[in-house]
Amino acid sequence: MAIFLTKDSKVIVQGMTGAEGMKHTRRMLAAGTDVVGGVNPRKAGTRADIDGRTVPVFGSVREAIDTTGADVSVLFVPPPHAKAAVTEAADARIPLAVVITEGIPVHDAVAFQAYARARATRVIGPNCPGLISPGQSNAGIIPADITKPGRIGLVSKSGTLTYQLMYELRDVGFSTCVGIGGDPVIGTTHIDALAAFEDDSETDLIVMIGEIGGDAEERAARYIADHVTKPVVGYIAGFTAPEGRTMGHAGAIVSGSSGTAAAKKAALEAAGVSVGATPTETAGLVLALLAERPGNLA
Amino acid sequence: MDLYEHQARELLHENGVLVPRAEVVDTAEAARAAAERLGGRVVIKAQVKTGGRGKAGGVKLADDPAAAELTARRILGMDIKGHTVHRVMVAEPVEVEREMYLGFTLDRAAGRFLAIASAEGGMEIEEVAARRPEAVARIAVDPAEGVTEAKAAEIAVAGGLPRETTGTIRRLWTVLTAHDALLVEVNPLVVTRDGSIVALDGKVTLDDNARFRQPSWDAADDRARDPLEARAAAAGIGYVKLDGEVGVIGNGAGLVMSTLDVVAGCGARPADFLDIGGGASAQVMADGLSLVLDDPDVRSVLVNVFGGITACDAVADGIVRALDTVALTKPLVVRLDGNNAARGRAILGQLAHPLVHQADTMDGAAARAAELAGSAASSATGTSDPSAA
Repeated sequence: MAIFLTKDSKVIVQGMTGAEGMKHTRRMLAAGTDVVGGVNPRKAGTRADIDGRTVPVFGSVREAIDTTGADVSVLFVPPPHAKAAVTEAADARIPLAVVITEGIPVHDAVAFQAYARARATRVIGPNCPGLISPGQSNAGIIPADITKPGRIGLVSKSGTLTYQLMYELRDVGFSTCVGIGGDPVIGTTHIDALAAFEDDSETDLIVMIGEIGGDAEERAARYIADHVTKPVVGYIAGFTAPEGRTMGHAGAIVSGSSGTAAAKKAALEAAGVSVGATPTETAGLVLALLAERPGNLA
Repeated sequence: MDLYEHQARELLHENGVLVPRAEVVDTAEAARAAAERLGGRVVIKAQVKTGGRGKAGGVKLADDPAAAELTARRILGMDIKGHTVHRVMVAEPVEVEREMYLGFTLDRAAGRFLAIASAEGGMEIEEVAARRPEAVARIAVDPAEGVTEAKAAEIAVAGGLPRETTGTIRRLWTVLTAHDALLVEVNPLVVTRDGSIVALDGKVTLDDNARFRQPSWDAADDRARDPLEARAAAAGIGYVKLDGEVGVIGNGAGLVMSTLDVVAGCGARPADFLDIGGGASAQVMADGLSLVLDDPDVRSVLVNVFGGITACDAVADGIVRALDTVALTKPLVVRLDGNNAARGRAILGQLAHPLVHQADTMDGAAARAAELAGSAASSATGTSDPSAA
């Protein structure tokens, strides 16, 4: 049944009528996502024709939900307007808001994450590729055609490392891949995804990809030790990153002796997680673990 | 972006926090003149974006303008943890009754800002927290409420600061929110002999993501210290100069970081981190490759792209475009997978450049680039004419 996103998910796109929004709405539709509408107050009442599908544009998230029963919103809203857009989605009580936008000020993220949490809206991101349940639905910008449905769950801070692992393990396939984003303040954490995968009857093994900065991986390691019974394979990027430099992602920074890749790897290994030295070796660890579990996978 | 102490002091001052009178100068003679204006006896403080200045000899008291000049001469040009001192702050000394610590910082795990307060100031707060955790108060701030008078009082009481600090606590919060700062730290915050609350030092980190609404930052920015980093910033390319010999280009911060690690695992050291980003055009790829080829430390270049949104044929076109204008003298290893990979590989195949090598896997590409960097190094040292290498 996958986590957070299934074939029954009804998806709206905030910022659909912009260039990025349009490009990715087209890709989401091609991947089988049930995109039921876009939101743009200036184009309310119009329709977008996308590869033979007609997608209505609504004036607000509230109106889109009332008309279509949407339960997921994907946001391609530029940074200056992202806070207002997430706030609107949370006010409309959307269960899941996937914020793709990169470059949102941290003070805005702090404000909208707290606001959404208080209204029971799960936020994924920002600065993330979204999530995909292969063969069911794709909410965001993850390429849908590089893997297939299967029983691995994947959670990652990094978009392209997600794609790399999806591709390496394309013959086995995934229940859901969640890109949680590389910003310092994110809505859905490794722990949230681990908990959901642990409860998901269609996930047998979890791949967790982390990177330097903060202590989310260390906290996830403690959570795994205490709560996760399924096998977990890890990968951490950034062993060679110099201290004090932001490595592309706003949150990827080693500060003094904290946030290092070595500490994260050690914490995961102490929790019984196998950690690969490269993405390819990580995929190999997954295959080896699955081979030990006869009957779980075809 | 980290600010210099003198820039932080300016922000605090603008927001009503008391700071010592001070001037910033870049010559010893100017330090003497500043000392004369400030009453003779002054503190000379190196302006570098790193901690531990005091221990390194970068903060000294001077009794008179002549001593200020001598002291400034010694500190200017000093190297503190790899940072060269180009400017010093000449500040009026303050009669200190007690030293405290006060700061606001981001709690990434909770997704909130925290006030950190302690009656024990003047030393690294991490050291105080490690030695006596009970002496350091950490109070979360609700983003919707901010720091009210009641909240400021709660912070002061928890940290063991006098009630008179609540105004300063609220002003620091204003600096944090109005200026999109991720960190505002005053250490030490002092009570002076006459009972004033004064910020003797200040550290501020601004959020680069808020640049679009903080136009005044451009003047404060000096990221352009490394010329390659300045060029990348101007071109809008994510770039970090490193100290090895393999130039690394990829798409997406996570994949590029991972590629650096894999190169290191092959026994070489990365020279650059260059992220062409998602959905990069041929031009971005061409600009990125030209930049890395201009890095004199680079002995081989590794391009590692997994095309999700990025089209591998655009990446290959970018490589071809860059090689139209730059004569390739260093080996280039390219691994393309994902979106349009077959077309990208075919474009590079047709190029048939003797220094352009294609690899099927990320690990194989890294091993090849590491090997080629090593052989480039040995052939360069093994001949009297480096251009023959």
